Amino acid sequence: MSRLTINGQTQEVDVDPDTPLLWVLRDTLGLTGTKFGCGIAQCGACTVHVDGVATRSCSVPVSAAEGTQITTIEGLSTNGVLHPVQRAWIAHDVPQCGYCQSGMIMAVAALLKGNPQPSDADIDAAITNICRCGTYARIRTAIHTAAQA
Amino acid sequence: MTHMPHISRRFFITSAAAVGGGMALGFRLPGGIGSAEAAANPAEVNAWVVIQPDDTVIIRVARSEMGQGITTSLPMLVAEELECDWSKVRPEFASPEENLRRKRAWGEMSTGGSRSVRGSQEYLRKAGAAAREMLIAAAAAQWNVPAAECQAARSVITHKPSARTLRFGEVAEAAAKLAPPAEVKLKDPKDWTLLGTSQKRLDTTDKVTGKPIFGIDVRVPNMLYAAIVQCPVFGGTPKSFDESKIRGLKGVRQIVPLPNAVAVVADSWWQAKQAVEALPVTWDEGQNGKVSSASIAEFLRSGLAAPEAAVVRKNGDVDAALAKAATRIEAEYGAPFLAHATMEPQNCTAHVMPDKVEVWVPTQSGEAALAAAAAAAEVAPEKVVVHKTMLGGGFGRRGAVQDYVHQAVLVAKAAGQPVKLLWTREEDIRHDFYRPVAMAKFTAGLDASGMPIAWRVRITGPSIIANLFPQRLTNGVDQSFANGFTEEMAYEVPNYEVGYAMRATHVPVSFWRSVNHSQNGFFRECFVDEMAHAAGQDPYQYRRKLLGKDPQRLAVLDAAAQKAGWDTPAPPGVTRGIALVEAYGSLCAQVVEASVGDKGEVRVHRVTAALDTGHVVNPEILQAQTESAIVYGLTAALYGLITIENGRVQQGNFDDYEMLRIADMPAVETVLVPSGGFWGGGGEPGVPPLAPALCNAIFAATGKRIRSLPLKDQDLKRV
Repeated sequence: MSRLTINGQTQEVDVDPDTPLLWVLRDTLGLTGTKFGCGIAQCGACTVHVDGVATRSCSVPVSAAEGTQITTIEGLSTNGVLHPVQRAWIAHDVPQCGYCQSGMIMAVAALLKGNPQPSDADIDAAITNICRCGTYARIRTAIHTAAQA
Repeated sequence: MTHMPHISRRFFITSAAAVGGGMALGFRLPGGIGSAEAAANPAEVNAWVVIQPDDTVIIRVARSEMGQGITTSLPMLVAEELECDWSKVRPEFASPEENLRRKRAWGEMSTGGSRSVRGSQEYLRKAGAAAREMLIAAAAAQWNVPAAECQAARSVITHKPSARTLRFGEVAEAAAKLAPPAEVKLKDPKDWTLLGTSQKRLDTTDKVTGKPIFGIDVRVPNMLYAAIVQCPVFGGTPKSFDESKIRGLKGVRQIVPLPNAVAVVADSWWQAKQAVEALPVTWDEGQNGKVSSASIAEFLRSGLAAPEAAVVRKNGDVDAALAKAATRIEAEYGAPFLAHATMEPQNCTAHVMPDKVEVWVPTQSGEAALAAAAAAAEVAPEKVVVHKTMLGGGFGRRGAVQDYVHQAVLVAKAAGQPVKLLWTREEDIRHDFYRPVAMAKFTAGLDASGMPIAWRVRITGPSIIANLFPQRLTNGVDQSFANGFTEEMAYEVPNYEVGYAMRATHVPVSFWRSVNHSQNGFFRECFVDEMAHAAGQDPYQYRRKLLGKDPQRLAVLDAAAQKAGWDTPAPPGVTRGIALVEAYGSLCAQVVEASVGDKGEVRVHRVTAALDTGHVVNPEILQAQTESAIVYGLTAALYGLITIENGRVQQGNFDDYEMLRIADMPAVETVLVPSGGFWGGGGEPGVPPLAPALCNAIFAATGKRIRSLPLKDQDLKRV
């Protein structure tokens, strides 16, 4: 049994301790907003916050996540109010297929928490997630909008 | 306007209910956008338009949403003629089995070839107009006045002489009982109020909160999970496997041998994946275990040299003109296999019951998915229900070929309960149906003024049509392999001949965003640059001359050049390249600004695109599609390379099949120059011009002519 605190709620899951956090979130707990893209921490579709740090959940065993505060896309908005990053994403109509956007938004929310006014170079260094629809230009614009919020 | 529809997570619930036959109609929107049966007394005015008493207008969408925005743009076509209040529109997907049952009331559902708008705009606008006429007729009947005295606007019908009004929701039920008008008159485009305006996408709020249900997210009661390992050599089959090595592993239920693969069914996908990768499988690799990229290249070179080839376009006498040419230039070009790499790996969930087969799948073609499921289960198509989910990218991978559906149905049938089959990224990269490998050989003769009087084109490579639809070949020839060299080659060359020597590979090929235009655009537009260079002329002005007096093509080329500032100096160290491609009924010109560093590193700074699609439904969405196409083309130009060794693909994941990321994203400016009078495609025309415009910019910087891609394998170090 692993005890996990996800989006403020503590839950126990009965899985092999080596199981990647991603698959516990998706298949055990039904939090399917976090996506699988590569399984080797390359694409960032599985990005969640672990103690506030953007983390690629496909490459973290669930055992290592015990005792941490995990936030997924489902827990990013509070009391029904969208996070500034989500609002900026809507303002610029960023998503196309939308598959990578949960991971993108989580990565950007973590960036802005530590660096509220990132430069373009900061964005280039921190946001290495892959978007196959090519929404990068809108993502950059939306990050700057969110930084103003 | 920022209308955001209320979204709920009903998709699971409605899907689960459908298993028990609880749904009256087979309509649903992936991602949980509400469905018609949930509302009180919706009236189906026609197959496309359903109106609720509260005036909510449900507009059915037959095509698949994979990011291209049809969830928004297709309803706009209906709404323009319907005269409804756009803020009250809610999209809803029509289901493939309902389409089958209702004798294709929604027409073609397949989504590809940049066809969604151009292929359905007429019947969608007519459906909106017909529904409007029926709503007006119902109101007129209620008032007992002539329909000609009534008008519809913003979901309200007004009887002009008396100024009485009725809302759409008040007359929809009566309208639904009327016969549709025999004929409807469509608006003149100059009277459009919605079409041509940038409306917000209707699915964005869902997509920023993680709510949309993609195929990978489907969960149905009693569902098991399957992972798969396919024979690494295409065409091979499993010979045997050592079950003892995974027997007793936690959660593992079953091993299912498939025609080209072995699947493991388990309680969780992670357990299934671990088990299938630990399972020793002996493969019968068939005849192709020695094939390599080198042997394929040699085979294609035989196609360049072969005396025989299918002549797919010919005018004049190339040999005679070459003999008279002042300058003769020759060049050979090549392009590699490419994988689609949709962000969402291939997957399908299936449930095979005694009297029914149900599948949940991210598909570009619900009809092809239905056919694949029926074939795999060996049942009549009427027994199959297909739930289309959101697609985590399509790009052609999820269209004609529904291999994952076939597999999922076979596995679920063996398991006797619902199974979600999900491929790893490695399986996805190694078992794609690839953009064809191709080569081209050009021979051109220029006259004393530098203009081409003769041009021979020889192209070679595997044919998609021969691979997937051999019955569609004309006398054994796939004309589409020459796309961009035949009717879509607008340059004036008096003596011109194009031959295609087909060379089939064991590596399967299929439609990849912009298909054969993707390699042919690169070949042609780079070689036109070679001609311009040989003529000592500016490549933009040279193309203008080649276009003669073709105002439409000149306008697009000029728009890109002007927006890019072609005639002004580029920033220090930066050079420009230009290309023009006609594809899917549209024209796209691009100017790329790039620089090449001392170590040969390529940096793309800015891309300016001009696009003429005739009419434009939603400019913002079309611009986003063009940005997307540019990234797709740039990723391929910089990194795209699938190589074959020992019959199998060598790449497997994003570490060795690299993708463009934000740090490499150039500034993109898109100028829409719709010239009206026709409907061109939007999703693909922006892909082909990128690679040649970029390579032409690199030539301008370095004097090195790039004749094969990707650029990462080119030595561009300055000497």
